[in-house]
Amino acid sequence: MALIRRRLSAPLREPRSSDYEVVDTDAWLAIADDAALPAGDVIVSLSRFRAERELLAQRGARIGVRIPNDTAPDVLAELASSVSLLAIELPTQRDGRAYTVARWLRQRFGFRGELRAVGKVVRDQLSYLARVGFDAFELSRGSAHDALASFDELSVHYQASSDQPLPLWKRAARG
Amino acid sequence: MYRYDEHDLRLVQERARQFRDQVARRLSGALSEEEFRPLRLQNGLYIQLHAYMLRIAIPYGLLSSAQLRKLAHITRTYDRGYGHFTTRQNLQLNWVRLEDVPTILDELASVEMHAIQTSGNCVRNVTSDPFAGVARDEDVDPRPYCELLRQYSTFHPEFAYLPRKFKIAVTGSRHDRAAIAVHDIGLRAVRDATGGIGFEVFVGGGQGRTPVLATCIRTFLPERHLLSYTEAILRVYNQLGRRDNIYKARIKILLNELGAAELTRRVEEEHARIADDEGLVLTDDEIQRVARHFEPAVYEQLEASPTIDGLVLGKDRTLARWVEANVVGHRTPGYAIVQISLKSERLPPGDATHAQLDAVADLADRYSFGRAVVTHRQNLVLTDVKISDLAALHADLARVELASPNVGRVTDIVACPGLDYCDLANARSIPVAQDVAARLRSLETEQDLGPITLNISGCINACGHHHVGNLGILGIDKLGEEFYQLTLGGDHTETAAIGKILGPSFAATEIAGAVERAVRAYLALRTDRSETFLAVVRRVGPAPFKEAVYGAHSTPTQRTAA
Ligand code: SF4
Repeated sequence: MALIRRRLSAPLREPRSSDYEVVDTDAWLAIADDAALPAGDVIVSLSRFRAERELLAQRGARIGVRIPNDTAPDVLAELASSVSLLAIELPTQRDGRAYTVARWLRQRFGFRGELRAVGKVVRDQLSYLARVGFDAFELSRGSAHDALASFDELSVHYQASSDQPLPLWKRAARG
Repeated sequence: MYRYDEHDLRLVQERARQFRDQVARRLSGALSEEEFRPLRLQNGLYIQLHAYMLRIAIPYGLLSSAQLRKLAHITRTYDRGYGHFTTRQNLQLNWVRLEDVPTILDELASVEMHAIQTSGNCVRNVTSDPFAGVARDEDVDPRPYCELLRQYSTFHPEFAYLPRKFKIAVTGSRHDRAAIAVHDIGLRAVRDATGGIGFEVFVGGGQGRTPVLATCIRTFLPERHLLSYTEAILRVYNQLGRRDNIYKARIKILLNELGAAELTRRVEEEHARIADDEGLVLTDDEIQRVARHFEPAVYEQLEASPTIDGLVLGKDRTLARWVEANVVGHRTPGYAIVQISLKSERLPPGDATHAQLDAVADLADRYSFGRAVVTHRQNLVLTDVKISDLAALHADLARVELASPNVGRVTDIVACPGLDYCDLANARSIPVAQDVAARLRSLETEQDLGPITLNISGCINACGHHHVGNLGILGIDKLGEEFYQLTLGGDHTETAAIGKILGPSFAATEIAGAVERAVRAYLALRTDRSETFLAVVRRVGPAPFKEAVYGAHSTPTQRTAA
């Protein structure tokens, strides 16, 4: 699995390739519902998180939760304040609900942890995903190194979003 | 008109380069067609029956003469020498090659144009009133708001993969020439008692297989909240719109399923959270900055004569007929709004040849400050012509076969490309349009039929807007044969209505006759010439029309509508 992540040192701003890196060894382990919990940072399903919340909290490692892209706002609010990573599933390229979920997590619920796009994640969506607040991407196919270039394809962004609180007209002198 | 600054220009140039790379990856096989599809659709590129079709955005329909010449050049160089203006004020090229598309985008970028978001499940080209800025009944010029919405929605990262396409129309006049009632969001700019500008917000209109007129969910949205409110609507729709069935995915279905009150509550709730975001609230300065691009032309002080009425009564009857149908009063004395009909005997409705595009560019330069506008009824408009130039302009238009005196008349038919091009079609639209027009042309001249809108769609997707034609024709498929349903009473204006199916459908050879019988019924029913077709339909109802259309002419080819 090719993973791309925003560098820890990168400031929050509109996407550019120098702010991202390909991660070869990911500290996070995705754990199936029936697998034993290993040591270290884990990503579990929402149902497992709910069932084993105490146990997970006692381990002294970080907790990540994998959620579907139609997760309700009240659940997002709860998770935003209690976990370190949220992995949102993109079932298809065409299903855009994850984009609104990401903006809610960042702007409405103030989530500061890692927001990871998983599932059907292709290079040509990375820039949009980054702009709504994702900072890590599990690419479903193709070379992660090649995909980095996609962050530089468009350098003009008219709107404010999770990466940029101001619209272009408040950032630049316009004609 | 809006002129690009360095940012706008850089974006369309970068977009062309990005698309060039995507096409290269598709051609090399690095991208599958399935992966490429949503990407090309964000850029207006469809696969049709015979070739790729490219839809070029014409924001709110406004074109400069330089842009018209570039479009002429593109149709000549990369297509077959003509283009098709659509009901959403765009231009379609029907015969482009995939490998040429990036170069076409470069050419477009050089004249501040693009094909961004002309298809796909995103916010589409924002449409408007073709008479914006010059209409006598205008309260507020809608174009600055269209441009603000264009920039806001261009590559909006959150709303590129909505449940379905999303269409916004804006008007600022009392008479609705932008068909706002059949858009996902329809906005009417108005002024309050203190002169402050705001919008009446309509949501959930649309055509397709479930035609619905939009519902008003806000009677006065202050202009500074134009973007925040749009964002609230889009966000609620993106979250809740259905994704299990593309025919139930438009916001009109969500509105119907939730109810207008609940949808409004959710939009208002989201809006309350974001209304004061500095990323969304518009300032007076920003609105003024964009509005400065749309300042009125520098008009001459002209004598009161000649007048439009004078020309209508004049000796030159050809000119008089053209002026009566195609020319509209302007807000500035001595000037007129000229509509150029793209409904001639020779070309399909809405088509223009490269030579005609070049000619319109020249005429726009000579007579109308170098601007032209595309209408949602697939015609062109020169907005600022001196009345004293009308005769000369008419003669110039006649030389390039653009002087059909039929705008708003029954032969001014709106038609989608239909089965001649479109792979979703059930039936052909263009030959039906030509048949009907041929049949009615003499009746129109002899009887002075007055305004009648006639719209034709080749399938239930309703790109020809048949639901809102006074007369609508819908192509359907019956066991592999093309049949046509006739609807009556549709209206796309401020008195909007969805037409009703009149009765059993007709074979291709029958439909023109059926339309003629409906029009003749109108002639017999009207009290006088001032009573329009639609007024008669509203007064007498469908029964007399049904009798006239089906009565004595029932033939074995007619069957019950599917
Ligand atoms: S109405 Fe149907 S046939 Fe006509 S262009 Fe639209 S999809 Fe094609």
